[in-house]
Amino acid sequence: MINSSLKQLAAQLAAKKISSRELTQSYLSRIETLNPDLNAFITVDAEKSLMQADAADKLLAAGLGGVLTGIPIAQKDIFCAQGWRTTCGSKMLGNFIAPYDANVIERFNVAGAVNLGKTNMDEFAMGSSNETSHFGKVKNPWDKLAVPGGSSGGSAAAVAARMAPAATGTDTGGSIRQPAALTGITGIKPTYGVVSRYGMIAFASSLDQGGPMAKSAEDCALLLNTMAGFDNRDSTSLDRPVEDYARDLAQPLNGLKIGLPKEYFAEGLAPDVAQTIEAAITEYKKLGAQVVEISLPNTQLSIPVYYVLAPAEASSNLARYDGVRYGYRAPEYKDLTDMYKKTRAQGFGAEVKRRILIGTYVLSAGYYDAYYLKAQKLRRLIAQDFTDAFKLCDVIMGPTTPTTAFNLGEKSDDPVSMYLSDIYTIAVNLAGLPGMSIPVGFGANGRPVGLQIIGNYFGEAKMLNVAHQYQLATDWHQRMPIL
Amino acid sequence: MSLTEADVKRIAHLARIEIEDKEVAPVLGQLSNILGLVEQMQAVNTDGIAPMAHAQDVSLRLREDRVTESDQHEAFQAVAPQVEAGLYLVPKVME
Repeated sequence: MINSSLKQLAAQLAAKKISSRELTQSYLSRIETLNPDLNAFITVDAEKSLMQADAADKLLAAGLGGVLTGIPIAQKDIFCAQGWRTTCGSKMLGNFIAPYDANVIERFNVAGAVNLGKTNMDEFAMGSSNETSHFGKVKNPWDKLAVPGGSSGGSAAAVAARMAPAATGTDTGGSIRQPAALTGITGIKPTYGVVSRYGMIAFASSLDQGGPMAKSAEDCALLLNTMAGFDNRDSTSLDRPVEDYARDLAQPLNGLKIGLPKEYFAEGLAPDVAQTIEAAITEYKKLGAQVVEISLPNTQLSIPVYYVLAPAEASSNLARYDGVRYGYRAPEYKDLTDMYKKTRAQGFGAEVKRRILIGTYVLSAGYYDAYYLKAQKLRRLIAQDFTDAFKLCDVIMGPTTPTTAFNLGEKSDDPVSMYLSDIYTIAVNLAGLPGMSIPVGFGANGRPVGLQIIGNYFGEAKMLNVAHQYQLATDWHQRMPIL
Repeated sequence: MSLTEADVKRIAHLARIEIEDKEVAPVLGQLSNILGLVEQMQAVNTDGIAPMAHAQDVSLRLREDRVTESDQHEAFQAVAPQVEAGLYLVPKVME
Protein backbone atom coordinates (compact mmCIF):
# COMPACT_ATOMS: atom_id res chain seq x y z
CA MET A 1 0.00 0.00 0.00
CA ILE A 2 2.78 2.48 0.83
CA ASN A 3 3.79 2.57 -2.82
CA SER A 4 0.25 3.11 -4.16
CA SER A 5 -0.54 6.10 -6.35
CA LEU A 6 -3.05 8.70 -5.20
CA LYS A 7 -5.51 7.36 -7.75
CA GLN A 8 -5.16 3.85 -6.32
CA LEU A 9 -5.61 5.13 -2.77
CA ALA A 10 -8.68 7.12 -3.84
CA ALA A 11 -10.16 3.99 -5.44
CA GLN A 12 -9.55 1.98 -2.23
CA LEU A 13 -11.22 4.70 -0.17
CA ALA A 14 -14.17 5.02 -2.56
CA ALA A 15 -14.68 1.23 -2.59
CA LYS A 16 -14.56 1.21 1.27
CA LYS A 17 -11.69 -1.29 1.21
CA ILE A 18 -9.92 1.01 3.63
CA SER A 19 -11.08 4.00 5.66
CA SER A 20 -9.28 7.33 5.81
CA ARG A 21 -8.76 6.70 9.54
CA GLU A 22 -7.00 3.39 8.81
CA LEU A 23 -4.95 4.94 6.03
CA THR A 24 -3.97 7.94 8.14
CA GLN A 25 -3.17 5.71 11.12
CA SER A 26 -0.91 3.51 9.01
CA TYR A 27 1.11 6.53 7.86
CA LEU A 28 1.22 7.92 11.43
CA SER A 29 2.64 4.58 12.58
CA ARG A 30 5.26 4.67 9.85
CA ILE A 31 6.18 8.21 10.88
CA GLU A 32 6.47 7.07 14.51
CA THR A 33 8.89 4.34 13.44
CA LEU A 34 11.02 6.26 10.95
CA ASN A 35 10.89 9.90 11.99
CA PRO A 36 13.10 9.70 15.11
CA ASP A 37 15.98 8.87 12.75
CA LEU A 38 15.07 10.78 9.56
CA ASN A 39 13.60 13.90 11.28
CA ALA A 40 11.41 14.76 8.28
CA PHE A 41 8.56 16.10 10.44
CA ILE A 42 8.72 18.99 12.90
CA THR A 43 5.16 18.58 14.17
CA VAL A 44 2.91 15.52 14.16
CA ASP A 45 -0.51 15.73 15.81
CA ALA A 46 -2.23 12.36 15.47
CA GLU A 47 -5.41 13.56 17.16
CA LYS A 48 -5.90 16.44 14.73
CA SER A 49 -5.05 14.29 11.71
CA LEU A 50 -7.44 11.52 12.77
CA MET A 51 -10.23 14.02 13.38
CA GLN A 52 -9.85 15.17 9.77
CA ALA A 53 -9.76 11.54 8.67
CA ASP A 54 -13.05 10.84 10.44
CA ALA A 55 -14.64 13.85 8.75
CA ALA A 56 -13.36 12.56 5.41
CA ASP A 57 -14.80 9.12 6.12
CA LYS A 58 -18.21 10.71 6.62
CA LEU A 59 -17.94 12.50 3.28
CA LEU A 60 -16.86 9.27 1.60
CA ALA A 61 -19.72 7.33 3.22
CA ALA A 62 -22.17 9.90 1.87
CA GLY A 63 -20.66 9.51 -1.59
CA LEU A 64 -19.44 13.13 -1.49
CA GLY A 65 -15.72 12.38 -1.74
CA GLY A 66 -13.40 13.89 -4.35
CA VAL A 67 -10.10 12.48 -5.57
CA LEU A 68 -8.13 13.71 -2.52
CA THR A 69 -10.82 13.12 0.13
CA GLY A 70 -9.35 11.14 3.00
CA ILE A 71 -5.80 11.17 1.65
CA PRO A 72 -3.14 12.20 4.17
CA ILE A 73 -0.78 14.88 2.90
CA ALA A 74 2.33 16.20 4.67
CA GLN A 75 2.50 19.99 4.71
CA LYS A 76 5.74 21.94 4.57
CA ASP A 77 6.00 23.90 7.81
CA ILE A 78 5.96 27.15 5.83
CA PHE A 79 2.19 26.94 5.29
CA CYS A 80 0.07 28.36 8.11
CA ALA A 81 -2.51 25.81 9.24
CA GLN A 82 -5.02 26.97 11.81
CA GLY A 83 -4.36 25.49 15.25
CA TRP A 84 -1.11 23.87 14.11
CA ARG A 85 2.30 25.02 15.25
CA THR A 86 3.85 26.63 12.17
CA THR A 87 7.56 27.27 12.66
CA CYS A 88 9.08 27.82 9.20
CA GLY A 89 12.05 25.90 10.61
CA SER A 90 12.92 28.82 12.91
CA LYS A 91 13.31 29.41 16.62
CA MET A 92 11.65 32.75 15.84
CA LEU A 93 8.34 30.95 15.22
CA GLY A 94 9.00 27.99 17.50
CA ASN A 95 5.91 28.80 19.58
CA PHE A 96 3.70 30.16 16.77
CA ILE A 97 0.30 28.50 16.53
CA ALA A 98 -1.15 29.74 13.24
CA PRO A 99 -4.45 31.55 13.78
CA TYR A 100 -5.53 31.05 10.16
CA ASP A 101 -5.13 28.76 7.14
CA ALA A 102 -2.93 29.44 4.13
CA ASN A 103 -4.85 29.33 0.87
CA VAL A 104 -3.11 26.05 -0.01
CA ILE A 105 -4.19 24.51 3.33
CA GLU A 106 -7.71 25.82 2.88
CA ARG A 107 -7.88 24.21 -0.57
CA PHE A 108 -6.74 20.83 0.78
CA ASN A 109 -9.28 21.14 3.60
CA VAL A 110 -12.09 21.86 1.15
CA ALA A 111 -10.97 18.81 -0.88
CA GLY A 112 -11.28 16.71 2.30
CA ALA A 113 -7.58 15.84 2.46
CA VAL A 114 -5.99 15.05 5.84
CA ASN A 115 -3.10 17.15 7.19
CA LEU A 116 -0.56 14.47 8.16
CA GLY A 117 1.83 16.86 9.88
CA LYS A 118 4.27 19.68 9.28
CA THR A 119 7.55 18.87 7.58
CA ASN A 120 11.04 20.04 8.37
CA MET A 121 12.73 22.67 6.24
CA ASP A 122 15.66 25.04 6.08
CA GLU A 123 14.99 28.06 8.31
CA PHE A 124 12.68 30.44 6.44
CA ALA A 125 13.36 28.29 3.34
CA MET A 126 16.93 29.60 3.15
CA GLY A 127 19.15 26.66 2.36
CA SER A 128 19.81 23.79 0.00
CA SER A 129 20.46 20.99 2.48
CA ASN A 130 17.89 21.29 5.28
CA GLU A 131 20.80 21.84 7.67
CA THR A 132 19.76 25.38 8.63
CA SER A 133 16.57 24.18 10.37
CA HIS A 134 16.34 25.09 14.04
CA PHE A 135 14.72 21.67 14.49
CA GLY A 136 17.70 19.66 13.33
CA LYS A 137 18.93 18.23 10.09
CA VAL A 138 16.94 15.76 7.98
CA LYS A 139 18.61 12.61 6.70
CA ASN A 140 18.28 11.42 3.12
CA PRO A 141 16.33 8.12 3.24
CA TRP A 142 18.52 6.68 0.45
CA ASP A 143 21.72 7.25 2.40
CA LYS A 144 21.61 8.60 5.91
CA LEU A 145 25.01 10.23 5.53
CA ALA A 146 23.59 12.45 2.78
CA VAL A 147 21.48 15.60 2.85
CA PRO A 148 17.93 15.38 1.49
CA GLY A 149 18.34 18.77 -0.20
CA GLY A 150 16.43 21.87 0.72
CA SER A 151 14.66 23.87 1.55
CA SER A 152 11.73 21.41 1.26
CA GLY A 153 13.97 18.61 2.57
CA GLY A 154 11.48 17.26 5.12
CA SER A 155 8.71 16.95 2.53
CA ALA A 156 11.10 15.24 0.11
CA ALA A 157 12.36 12.78 2.73
CA ALA A 158 8.80 12.07 3.92
CA VAL A 159 7.66 11.12 0.42
CA ALA A 160 10.87 9.23 -0.44
CA ALA A 161 10.61 7.18 2.78
CA ARG A 162 6.89 6.64 2.10
CA MET A 163 5.99 8.32 5.40
CA ALA A 164 3.42 10.29 3.38
CA PRO A 165 1.73 9.57 0.05
CA ALA A 166 2.40 13.17 -1.00
CA ALA A 167 3.57 16.51 0.37
CA THR A 168 3.73 20.20 -0.38
CA GLY A 169 6.81 22.30 -0.93
CA THR A 170 7.81 25.80 -1.90
CA ASP A 171 10.45 26.83 -4.40
CA THR A 172 12.28 30.18 -4.40
CA GLY A 173 15.52 29.07 -6.08
CA GLY A 174 15.02 25.32 -6.45
CA SER A 175 13.56 24.31 -3.07
CA ILE A 176 11.06 21.84 -4.57
CA ARG A 177 13.12 20.54 -7.50
CA GLN A 178 16.51 20.11 -5.80
CA PRO A 179 15.26 18.03 -2.82
CA ALA A 180 12.99 16.06 -5.18
CA ALA A 181 16.07 15.23 -7.28
CA LEU A 182 18.22 14.34 -4.27
CA THR A 183 15.61 11.96 -2.83
CA GLY A 184 14.33 10.35 -6.04
CA ILE A 185 10.81 11.82 -6.09
CA THR A 186 8.76 14.01 -8.43
CA GLY A 187 8.09 17.69 -7.71
CA ILE A 188 6.83 20.65 -9.69
CA LYS A 189 7.19 24.37 -9.19
CA PRO A 190 4.39 26.00 -11.15
CA THR A 191 4.54 29.25 -13.10
CA TYR A 192 4.83 32.19 -10.68
CA GLY A 193 1.33 33.29 -9.68
CA VAL A 194 -0.46 29.96 -10.20
CA VAL A 195 -0.48 28.88 -6.52
CA SER A 196 -1.51 31.48 -3.94
CA ARG A 197 1.15 32.72 -1.53
CA TYR A 198 -1.47 33.71 1.07
CA GLY A 199 -0.44 32.21 4.40
CA MET A 200 2.78 30.83 2.91
CA ILE A 201 5.45 32.47 5.04
CA ALA A 202 7.33 34.88 2.79
CA PHE A 203 11.01 34.60 1.89
CA ALA A 204 11.48 36.39 -1.47
CA SER A 205 8.06 37.38 -2.66
CA SER A 206 8.82 37.87 -6.36
CA LEU A 207 10.25 34.33 -6.54
CA ASP A 208 8.37 32.18 -3.97
CA GLN A 209 5.95 29.63 -5.38
CA GLY A 210 4.27 26.61 -3.79
CA GLY A 211 3.87 23.25 -5.47
CA PRO A 212 3.37 19.51 -4.94
CA MET A 213 5.98 16.84 -4.18
CA ALA A 214 4.92 13.25 -4.75
CA LYS A 215 5.87 9.85 -6.13
CA SER A 216 4.83 10.53 -9.72
CA ALA A 217 3.84 13.16 -12.27
CA GLU A 218 0.29 11.84 -12.26
CA ASP A 219 0.05 12.39 -8.49
CA CYS A 220 1.53 15.88 -8.88
CA ALA A 221 -1.10 16.73 -11.51
CA LEU A 222 -3.92 15.72 -9.14
CA LEU A 223 -2.38 17.71 -6.28
CA LEU A 224 -1.83 20.77 -8.46
CA ASN A 225 -5.49 20.66 -9.48
CA THR A 226 -6.28 21.29 -5.82
CA MET A 227 -3.47 23.74 -5.04
CA ALA A 228 -3.72 26.05 -8.06
CA GLY A 229 -6.21 28.83 -8.60
CA PHE A 230 -6.89 32.51 -8.22
CA ASP A 231 -6.87 34.00 -4.73
CA ASN A 232 -7.83 37.59 -4.13
CA ARG A 233 -5.73 37.73 -0.95
CA ASP A 234 -2.45 37.28 -2.85
CA SER A 235 -1.75 40.44 -4.84
CA THR A 236 0.31 38.47 -7.39
CA SER A 237 -2.15 35.58 -7.82
CA LEU A 238 -3.12 35.27 -11.47
CA ASP A 239 -6.79 35.34 -12.42
CA ARG A 240 -6.88 32.65 -15.10
CA PRO A 241 -9.41 30.02 -16.15
CA VAL A 242 -9.30 26.85 -14.01
CA GLU A 243 -7.18 24.12 -15.61
CA ASP A 244 -7.16 20.35 -15.37
CA TYR A 245 -3.43 19.68 -15.11
CA ALA A 246 -4.00 15.97 -15.77
CA ARG A 247 -5.77 16.56 -19.08
CA ASP A 248 -2.78 15.83 -21.32
CA LEU A 249 -1.12 13.03 -19.34
CA ALA A 250 -1.97 10.37 -21.94
CA GLN A 251 -0.73 12.31 -24.99
CA PRO A 252 2.05 10.54 -26.90
CA LEU A 253 5.37 12.38 -27.23
CA ASN A 254 5.81 11.97 -30.99
CA GLY A 255 7.48 15.06 -32.38
CA LEU A 256 8.13 16.64 -28.95
CA LYS A 257 11.07 19.03 -29.24
CA ILE A 258 13.40 18.88 -26.26
CA GLY A 259 15.91 21.71 -25.88
CA LEU A 260 19.17 20.81 -24.17
CA PRO A 261 20.97 23.95 -22.91
CA LYS A 262 24.67 23.50 -23.56
CA GLU A 263 25.43 25.50 -20.38
CA TYR A 264 23.72 22.79 -18.30
CA PHE A 265 26.07 20.10 -19.61
CA ALA A 266 29.29 22.07 -19.22
CA GLU A 267 32.05 22.07 -16.60
CA GLY A 268 30.85 21.37 -13.09
CA LEU A 269 28.43 18.59 -13.99
CA ALA A 270 29.47 15.32 -12.33
CA PRO A 271 30.15 12.53 -14.88
CA ASP A 272 27.76 10.05 -13.22
CA VAL A 273 24.93 12.59 -13.28
CA ALA A 274 25.71 13.49 -16.92
CA GLN A 275 25.60 9.82 -17.88
CA THR A 276 22.28 9.22 -16.12
CA ILE A 277 20.72 12.30 -17.73
CA GLU A 278 21.94 11.19 -21.17
CA ALA A 279 20.30 7.80 -20.63
CA ALA A 280 17.01 9.56 -19.79
CA ILE A 281 17.26 11.67 -22.96
CA THR A 282 17.84 8.46 -24.96
CA GLU A 283 14.64 7.07 -23.44
CA TYR A 284 12.80 10.21 -24.55
CA LYS A 285 14.10 9.71 -28.09
CA LYS A 286 12.66 6.19 -27.99
CA LEU A 287 9.34 7.74 -27.01
CA GLY A 288 9.40 9.83 -30.19
CA ALA A 289 10.98 13.07 -29.01
CA GLN A 290 13.56 15.06 -30.94
CA VAL A 291 16.49 16.83 -29.37
CA VAL A 292 17.82 20.29 -30.22
CA GLU A 293 20.79 22.05 -28.70
CA ILE A 294 19.93 25.44 -27.23
CA SER A 295 21.81 28.08 -25.29
CA LEU A 296 20.97 29.96 -22.11
CA PRO A 297 24.01 32.22 -22.21
CA ASN A 298 23.35 34.09 -18.95
CA THR A 299 23.06 30.95 -16.78
CA GLN A 300 26.21 31.78 -14.78
CA LEU A 301 24.77 35.15 -13.82
CA SER A 302 21.70 33.65 -12.22
CA ILE A 303 23.49 32.90 -8.93
CA PRO A 304 24.88 36.41 -8.35
CA VAL A 305 21.57 37.97 -9.43
CA TYR A 306 19.63 35.68 -7.10
CA TYR A 307 21.93 36.41 -4.15
CA VAL A 308 21.14 40.09 -4.51
CA LEU A 309 17.41 39.92 -5.19
CA ALA A 310 16.41 37.13 -2.78
CA PRO A 311 18.27 38.57 0.26
CA ALA A 312 16.96 42.06 -0.57
CA GLU A 313 13.38 40.83 -0.57
CA ALA A 314 14.07 38.67 2.49
CA SER A 315 15.51 41.56 4.50
CA SER A 316 12.29 43.43 3.90
CA ASN A 317 9.95 40.47 4.50
CA LEU A 318 11.71 39.37 7.69
CA ALA A 319 11.57 42.85 9.22
CA ARG A 320 8.19 41.75 10.60
CA TYR A 321 9.87 39.47 13.18
CA ASP A 322 10.39 42.05 15.88
CA GLY A 323 9.09 40.28 18.98
CA VAL A 324 5.96 42.42 19.16
CA ARG A 325 3.00 40.75 17.43
CA TYR A 326 3.96 37.07 17.31
CA GLY A 327 6.86 34.70 17.71
CA TYR A 328 9.94 34.86 19.88
CA ARG A 329 10.84 37.77 22.13
CA ALA A 330 14.20 37.96 23.93
CA PRO A 331 13.79 37.50 27.69
CA GLU A 332 15.95 40.51 28.65
CA TYR A 333 16.49 43.92 27.06
CA LYS A 334 17.17 47.56 27.97
CA ASP A 335 14.79 49.40 25.64
CA LEU A 336 12.76 48.99 22.46
CA THR A 337 15.69 48.99 20.00
CA ASP A 338 17.59 46.59 22.24
CA MET A 339 14.52 44.34 22.32
CA TYR A 340 14.40 44.26 18.53
CA LYS A 341 18.11 43.57 18.24
CA LYS A 342 18.28 40.85 20.87
CA THR A 343 15.06 39.21 19.68
CA ARG A 344 16.38 39.01 16.11
CA ALA A 345 19.91 38.00 17.14
CA GLN A 346 18.56 35.13 19.26
CA GLY A 347 15.57 34.15 17.12
CA PHE A 348 17.28 33.86 13.72
CA GLY A 349 19.94 31.33 12.77
CA ALA A 350 23.25 32.15 11.09
CA GLU A 351 22.18 31.69 7.45
CA VAL A 352 19.04 33.80 7.86
CA LYS A 353 21.06 36.57 9.51
CA ARG A 354 23.62 36.47 6.71
CA ARG A 355 20.94 36.92 4.10
CA ILE A 356 19.21 39.71 6.01
CA LEU A 357 22.55 41.52 6.32
CA ILE A 358 23.35 41.10 2.61
CA GLY A 359 19.86 42.28 1.71
CA THR A 360 20.09 45.27 4.03
CA TYR A 361 23.45 46.19 2.52
CA VAL A 362 22.41 45.98 -1.15
CA LEU A 363 19.34 48.11 -0.45
CA SER A 364 21.16 50.68 1.67
CA ALA A 365 21.77 54.26 0.53
CA GLY A 366 24.46 54.50 -2.12
CA TYR A 367 24.46 50.82 -3.12
CA TYR A 368 20.97 50.37 -4.55
CA ASP A 369 21.92 51.07 -8.19
CA ALA A 370 25.09 49.00 -8.14
CA TYR A 371 23.42 45.93 -6.69
CA TYR A 372 19.64 45.82 -6.65
CA LEU A 373 18.91 47.72 -9.86
CA LYS A 374 21.78 46.00 -11.67
CA ALA A 375 20.44 42.60 -10.61
CA GLN A 376 16.94 43.49 -11.82
CA LYS A 377 18.34 44.42 -15.24
CA LEU A 378 20.25 41.15 -15.46
CA ARG A 379 17.11 39.33 -14.39
CA ARG A 380 15.51 40.51 -17.62
CA LEU A 381 18.43 39.14 -19.67
CA ILE A 382 18.10 35.78 -17.92
CA ALA A 383 14.34 35.67 -18.62
CA GLN A 384 14.96 36.68 -22.23
CA ASP A 385 17.29 33.67 -22.67
CA PHE A 386 14.32 31.39 -22.01
CA THR A 387 11.98 33.33 -24.30
CA ASP A 388 14.51 32.89 -27.10
CA ALA A 389 15.05 29.21 -26.29
CA PHE A 390 11.34 28.38 -26.36
CA LYS A 391 11.21 29.51 -30.01
CA LEU A 392 13.25 26.35 -30.74
CA CYS A 393 11.72 23.74 -28.43
CA ASP A 394 8.64 22.69 -26.44
CA VAL A 395 10.38 21.85 -23.17
CA ILE A 396 13.91 22.27 -21.85
CA MET A 397 15.69 19.39 -20.12
CA GLY A 398 18.86 18.99 -18.14
CA PRO A 399 20.14 17.86 -14.76
CA THR A 400 18.33 19.33 -11.72
CA THR A 401 21.58 19.41 -9.77
CA PRO A 402 25.27 19.17 -10.75
CA THR A 403 25.92 16.26 -8.36
CA THR A 404 23.90 13.70 -6.42
CA ALA A 405 23.19 14.46 -2.74
CA PHE A 406 26.26 15.72 -0.93
CA ASN A 407 27.16 14.59 2.59
CA LEU A 408 25.68 16.12 5.71
CA GLY A 409 28.14 18.75 6.94
CA GLU A 410 30.02 18.85 3.63
CA LYS A 411 28.97 22.37 2.66
CA SER A 412 27.38 23.72 5.81
CA ASP A 413 30.42 25.84 6.71
CA ASP A 414 30.82 27.28 3.23
CA PRO A 415 27.74 29.28 2.17
CA VAL A 416 29.09 30.17 -1.27
CA SER A 417 29.77 26.55 -2.25
CA MET A 418 26.24 25.69 -1.06
CA TYR A 419 24.82 28.51 -3.23
CA LEU A 420 26.66 27.23 -6.31
CA SER A 421 24.89 23.85 -6.08
CA ASP A 422 21.68 25.58 -7.25
CA ILE A 423 23.14 26.60 -10.60
CA TYR A 424 20.51 24.80 -12.75
CA THR A 425 17.39 25.72 -10.81
CA ILE A 426 17.65 29.41 -9.92
CA ALA A 427 17.18 30.93 -13.39
CA VAL A 428 13.72 29.34 -13.63
CA ASN A 429 12.55 31.29 -10.56
CA LEU A 430 14.06 34.53 -11.84
CA ALA A 431 12.14 34.08 -15.12
CA GLY A 432 8.98 32.93 -13.28
CA LEU A 433 8.75 29.77 -15.38
CA PRO A 434 7.46 26.37 -14.28
CA GLY A 435 10.05 23.67 -13.59
CA MET A 436 9.97 20.12 -12.31
CA SER A 437 12.25 17.26 -11.36
CA ILE A 438 11.68 13.55 -11.93
CA PRO A 439 13.83 10.62 -10.81
CA VAL A 440 15.80 9.02 -13.68
CA GLY A 441 18.31 6.74 -11.98
CA PHE A 442 21.17 6.67 -9.53
CA GLY A 443 24.69 8.05 -9.41
CA ALA A 444 27.92 6.18 -8.75
CA ASN A 445 27.32 6.36 -4.99
CA GLY A 446 23.79 4.93 -5.25
CA ARG A 447 22.14 8.29 -4.59
CA PRO A 448 19.24 9.44 -6.85
CA VAL A 449 19.58 11.62 -9.94
CA GLY A 450 16.85 14.04 -11.03
CA LEU A 451 16.02 15.21 -14.54
CA GLN A 452 14.82 18.78 -14.68
CA ILE A 453 12.02 19.65 -17.10
CA ILE A 454 11.45 23.35 -17.70
CA GLY A 455 8.28 24.45 -19.45
CA ASN A 456 7.11 27.67 -21.02
CA TYR A 457 4.80 29.95 -19.00
CA PHE A 458 1.66 28.00 -18.00
CA GLY A 459 3.11 24.86 -19.57
CA GLU A 460 2.43 22.68 -16.48
CA ALA A 461 0.02 20.28 -18.24
CA LYS A 462 2.57 19.73 -21.02
CA MET A 463 5.43 19.15 -18.57
CA LEU A 464 3.37 16.72 -16.52
CA ASN A 465 2.50 14.89 -19.75
CA VAL A 466 6.18 14.71 -20.68
CA ALA A 467 7.07 13.40 -17.22
CA HIS A 468 4.17 10.93 -17.07
CA GLN A 469 5.00 9.32 -20.42
CA TYR A 470 8.55 8.68 -19.18
CA GLN A 471 7.18 7.21 -15.96
CA LEU A 472 4.92 4.87 -17.95
CA ALA A 473 8.00 3.55 -19.76
CA THR A 474 10.34 3.34 -16.74
CA ASP A 475 10.09 2.48 -13.05
CA TRP A 476 12.60 4.82 -11.37
CA HIS A 477 9.74 6.67 -9.67
CA GLN A 478 8.58 3.44 -8.03
CA ARG A 479 11.94 2.64 -6.45
CA MET A 480 11.99 2.91 -2.67
CA PRO A 481 14.89 3.14 -0.24
CA ILE A 482 15.37 0.17 2.09
CA LEU A 483 14.65 1.41 5.60
CA MET B 1 33.48 47.77 -3.00
CA SER B 2 35.10 45.95 -0.11
CA LEU B 3 33.36 45.79 3.23
CA THR B 4 34.90 46.90 6.54
CA GLU B 5 34.15 45.94 10.12
CA ALA B 6 32.49 49.32 10.59
CA ASP B 7 30.20 48.52 7.63
CA VAL B 8 29.19 45.21 9.22
CA LYS B 9 28.26 46.98 12.47
CA ARG B 10 26.32 49.64 10.57
CA ILE B 11 24.40 47.07 8.48
CA ALA B 12 23.63 44.99 11.57
CA HIS B 13 22.26 48.10 13.26
CA LEU B 14 20.10 48.93 10.21
CA ALA B 15 18.81 45.34 10.24
CA ARG B 16 18.23 45.53 14.02
CA ILE B 17 20.33 42.46 14.68
CA GLU B 18 22.67 42.57 17.67
CA ILE B 19 26.18 41.54 16.75
CA GLU B 20 28.83 40.80 19.36
CA ASP B 21 32.34 42.15 18.81
CA LYS B 22 33.79 38.66 18.42
CA GLU B 23 31.29 37.89 15.63
CA VAL B 24 32.17 40.91 13.49
CA ALA B 25 35.32 39.49 11.87
CA PRO B 26 33.82 36.11 10.83
CA VAL B 27 30.63 37.76 9.57
CA LEU B 28 32.74 40.24 7.60
CA GLY B 29 34.53 37.29 5.96
CA GLN B 30 31.27 35.54 5.04
CA LEU B 31 29.58 38.66 3.69
CA SER B 32 32.68 39.53 1.69
CA ASN B 33 32.68 36.07 0.10
CA ILE B 34 29.04 36.48 -0.92
CA LEU B 35 29.65 39.97 -2.28
CA GLY B 36 32.64 38.57 -4.18
CA LEU B 37 30.28 36.13 -5.89
CA VAL B 38 27.84 38.95 -6.60
CA GLU B 39 30.60 41.09 -8.10
CA GLN B 40 30.43 39.07 -11.36
CA MET B 41 27.35 41.13 -12.24
CA GLN B 42 29.42 44.26 -12.80
CA ALA B 43 31.19 42.70 -15.81
CA VAL B 44 28.01 42.79 -17.90
CA ASN B 45 26.87 45.93 -19.67
CA THR B 46 23.21 46.57 -18.87
CA ASP B 47 22.80 50.02 -20.45
CA GLY B 48 19.31 50.49 -21.83
CA ILE B 49 17.87 47.34 -20.23
CA ALA B 50 14.68 47.88 -18.27
CA PRO B 51 14.84 46.42 -14.75
CA MET B 52 12.60 43.39 -14.21
CA ALA B 53 10.92 43.64 -10.82
CA HIS B 54 8.54 40.80 -11.26
CA ALA B 55 8.00 37.58 -13.18
CA GLN B 56 4.61 38.52 -14.60
CA ASP B 57 3.79 41.75 -16.35
CA VAL B 58 0.66 42.54 -14.36
CA SER B 59 -0.54 45.58 -12.47
CA LEU B 60 -1.99 45.59 -8.99
CA ARG B 61 -5.69 44.84 -8.74
CA LEU B 62 -8.09 47.31 -7.22
CA ARG B 63 -11.02 46.24 -5.13
CA GLU B 64 -14.19 47.82 -3.91
CA ASP B 65 -13.64 49.90 -0.78
CA ARG B 66 -15.62 47.82 1.69
CA VAL B 67 -14.90 45.74 4.78
CA THR B 68 -13.99 42.15 3.90
CA GLU B 69 -12.36 40.94 7.11
CA SER B 70 -14.10 40.19 10.36
CA ASP B 71 -12.67 41.31 13.71
CA GLN B 72 -10.25 38.59 14.84
CA HIS B 73 -7.99 40.57 17.13
CA GLU B 74 -8.37 38.13 20.00
CA ALA B 75 -7.25 35.18 17.89
CA PHE B 76 -4.38 37.15 16.42
CA GLN B 77 -3.24 38.60 19.73
CA ALA B 78 -3.33 35.20 21.40
CA VAL B 79 0.03 34.49 19.75
CA ALA B 80 1.67 37.78 20.79
CA PRO B 81 4.45 37.84 23.41
CA GLN B 82 2.76 40.52 25.56
CA VAL B 83 -0.75 41.93 25.26
CA GLU B 84 -2.98 43.92 27.60
CA ALA B 85 -6.50 45.22 26.97
CA GLY B 86 -6.22 44.58 23.24
CA LEU B 87 -2.90 46.40 22.96
CA TYR B 88 0.57 45.05 22.16
CA LEU B 89 2.98 45.90 24.95
CA VAL B 90 6.52 47.07 24.18
CA PRO B 91 9.18 48.77 26.35
CA LYS B 92 8.47 52.41 27.04
CA VAL B 93 9.68 54.71 24.23
CA MET B 94 8.72 58.09 25.73
CA GLU B 95 9.31 59.41 29.23
